[in-house]
Amino acid sequence: MKMNSDVKTRLLVTASPHIYSSVTVSKLMWAVVIALLPALGGSIYFFGFKALLIIAISTAAAVLFDTLAQLMFKRKVTVGDGSAVITGLLLAFNLPPNVPLWLPIVGAAFASIVVKQFFGGLGHNFINPALGARAFLVASWPTHMTTTWLAPHNGTLSGLPSQALKLCTDAITTATPLNVLKHGSKLLLPGNEPRLLYQHLQSWETIKNLFFGNIGGCLGETSALLLLIGGIFLIVTRVIDWRIPLSYLLTVAVLVLILPGHKTAVLNYFLFHLFSGGLMLGAFYMATDYVTSPLTHKGRVIFGIGCGVLTSVIRLWGGYPEGVCYSILLMNVATPLIDRLTLPRIFGTRSKK
Amino acid sequence: MDKFRGGIHPREHKEATEFKPIEVAPLPQRVVIPLSQHTGAPSKPVVKPGDAVRTGTMIAEPGGNLSVPTHSSISGTVSEVKELPHPLTSRFVTTVTIESDQQDTLDENIKERDLNNITPDEIITAIRNAGIVGLGGAAFPTFFKLTPPKDKAIDTLIINGCECEPYLTADHRLMVEKPTEIVEGTTYIARALGVKKVLIAIEDNKPDAIAAIKEAVAGTGFVVRRLKTKYPQGAEKQLIKACLGREVPSGGLPADVGCIVQNVGTAFAVREAVRFNRPLYERVVTVTGSGISEPKNLLVRIGTPVKDLIKFCGGYKGTPEKIIMGGPMMGISLASDEVPVLKGTSGILVFLQTQEPEEQDCIRCGRCIEACPMGLSPTRLNYHIKSGRLLQAKNEHLLDCIECGCCAFVCPAKIRLVHNFKYGKSEILRAREK
Repeated sequence: MKMNSDVKTRLLVTASPHIYSSVTVSKLMWAVVIALLPALGGSIYFFGFKALLIIAISTAAAVLFDTLAQLMFKRKVTVGDGSAVITGLLLAFNLPPNVPLWLPIVGAAFASIVVKQFFGGLGHNFINPALGARAFLVASWPTHMTTTWLAPHNGTLSGLPSQALKLCTDAITTATPLNVLKHGSKLLLPGNEPRLLYQHLQSWETIKNLFFGNIGGCLGETSALLLLIGGIFLIVTRVIDWRIPLSYLLTVAVLVLILPGHKTAVLNYFLFHLFSGGLMLGAFYMATDYVTSPLTHKGRVIFGIGCGVLTSVIRLWGGYPEGVCYSILLMNVATPLIDRLTLPRIFGTRSKK
Repeated sequence: MDKFRGGIHPREHKEATEFKPIEVAPLPQRVVIPLSQHTGAPSKPVVKPGDAVRTGTMIAEPGGNLSVPTHSSISGTVSEVKELPHPLTSRFVTTVTIESDQQDTLDENIKERDLNNITPDEIITAIRNAGIVGLGGAAFPTFFKLTPPKDKAIDTLIINGCECEPYLTADHRLMVEKPTEIVEGTTYIARALGVKKVLIAIEDNKPDAIAAIKEAVAGTGFVVRRLKTKYPQGAEKQLIKACLGREVPSGGLPADVGCIVQNVGTAFAVREAVRFNRPLYERVVTVTGSGISEPKNLLVRIGTPVKDLIKFCGGYKGTPEKIIMGGPMMGISLASDEVPVLKGTSGILVFLQTQEPEEQDCIRCGRCIEACPMGLSPTRLNYHIKSGRLLQAKNEHLLDCIECGCCAFVCPAKIRLVHNFKYGKSEILRAREK
């Protein structure tokens, strides 16, 4: 048979399928970047130009170090896929607003080179790069990472109403809401009931500040509302699986309600835990990192529950006021095991019958 | 009713041909008929160059138990009997070339049969002698499916009118235009199997076909089952699951769950074979795709060069980049447009531009696992195969892969999963043979 007498060019011969969905890795990654934009705007609104500077430095450094590492390891440079931008943004979102400007650079280098590229690049890292870097920075420069808070431009660091601040020592100006919950009694002026402070902490005014983000905290974690907007966008566009954030948040909600704590109003206490700290940021943007979370639906529910249990335990009994970062990191490490235990049932291998 | 897990919803692209009546393609000048157009042993030639043949004359006899005869699709003279590369596998197979005399004289054996008191065995023999194979694409000899081992009690026959592959409308048009013939063929298959329960399954994107078949089944007791449009609804195991809630065991056959599936095109061919003793020498083929000037559904003689069909459809719109025999999800891309239409050819798709996106590393998003209708974990299987861990891949049921392509379709990293699975499966099977 003579080949292609009428067909001028050579025909392409490939294995099936011959059509593909329009979803690509870079589309998914850039969707996450878009989802982070409301919170990015919020961080600049609350903490000013310094926030923008840290985010820009962190992102630029993550992109730069990712590229350099790929060049160094003679890998294909895939910086256009947006994953380095996500790492840079999330790292910045996990830093207090008043850190020295070299800190995000060191963090981004650790995230890109050590956590991500040492293990083979996107898809091969076993923990989330931004969280790995955050843990590294907390261990190496604990003072910078836990004391360089800033109050939002028209609010207070703790989010407490002004009458509550009168009950406290000056230390209250350096305490985040979760710090107040953890160390409340130590912040009080002598002669005041701790219960009064917890009541203020769970007042609607504080909850409102937590929801809108008018509180102190890491750059990108303060506004539950802005994080929810982006998170819902990612769920609706099916970029992330709703199972992880939902099981994570529900587990925290249930556990804080049933475990002992400084509850003064049940609904407000529950909202306080959901809206404070890094929970929203962690549940929607970091626990859902494809690479470091389980492959299957069932596995993701287990992962979310595990994150929720660890977060609640650390918050209620641990040495840190917040436990989101370490919970997700620990569950990242458990992911290969969860994967192995939750593989779907193969068609035609029904065990019952 | 039970649904099968996974699956995808690719764009259907059926609008170009779904309302176009089947046209008869002009008689080809020459047909090229490979003697291996079915699963099983190739048939053995009984003609030699210079022999005169008629339309429907047997040119090759069965080459084994799992084999069927092959027939001439035109009248004329045999010009060549020699080894040529098979259009799909590229392996050399005996191929008969016949030059047309343009008379289209029918073989004298093709005549109406006395259908009174026809026995199941006579039906099965007629089906085998007509060279009928599954026309849905797999081309498994039909008589073989109708003679399951004695210990398998068959209670249900499913006629597959799903046509879940995008672009293809051949079965759709056949159901709209020949519903009574399909139902008649179905009665013969049901009688051959001795089953009472007959379902005709059609996806709900073909309401006109559902209506036509519903009208045709009146009084037969057959049930028309309307199924959700979802790929791969027409895959045998998934179809049985969706219709009956039964799962064909891993490594097993539909007969293991008391069920036989036949395609609507096959049912039509059975009607022709049983009623008129007409061998399978023509079939409906959808010719479509962005590279075809006038997409059509054609009644085509087996062995007609693909090029002839494209010419009859107004030719190429530009320079074709890819020609696919079958659907876009499971079809085989052709190296040449001179290859012939086979018994299993449901469509010819021509694309001027194809998506050949670059492969990236897996990001573990899990979409392939969600999409796999067999419950496999494609990303894990792919890692095992790429790392040479074929035994591990086999233990995680690689051989259960039906190559439907859902995983590769949804993969955002565009990893050629099916390509790698075909390789892994062939390596495992080769090791088994040794």
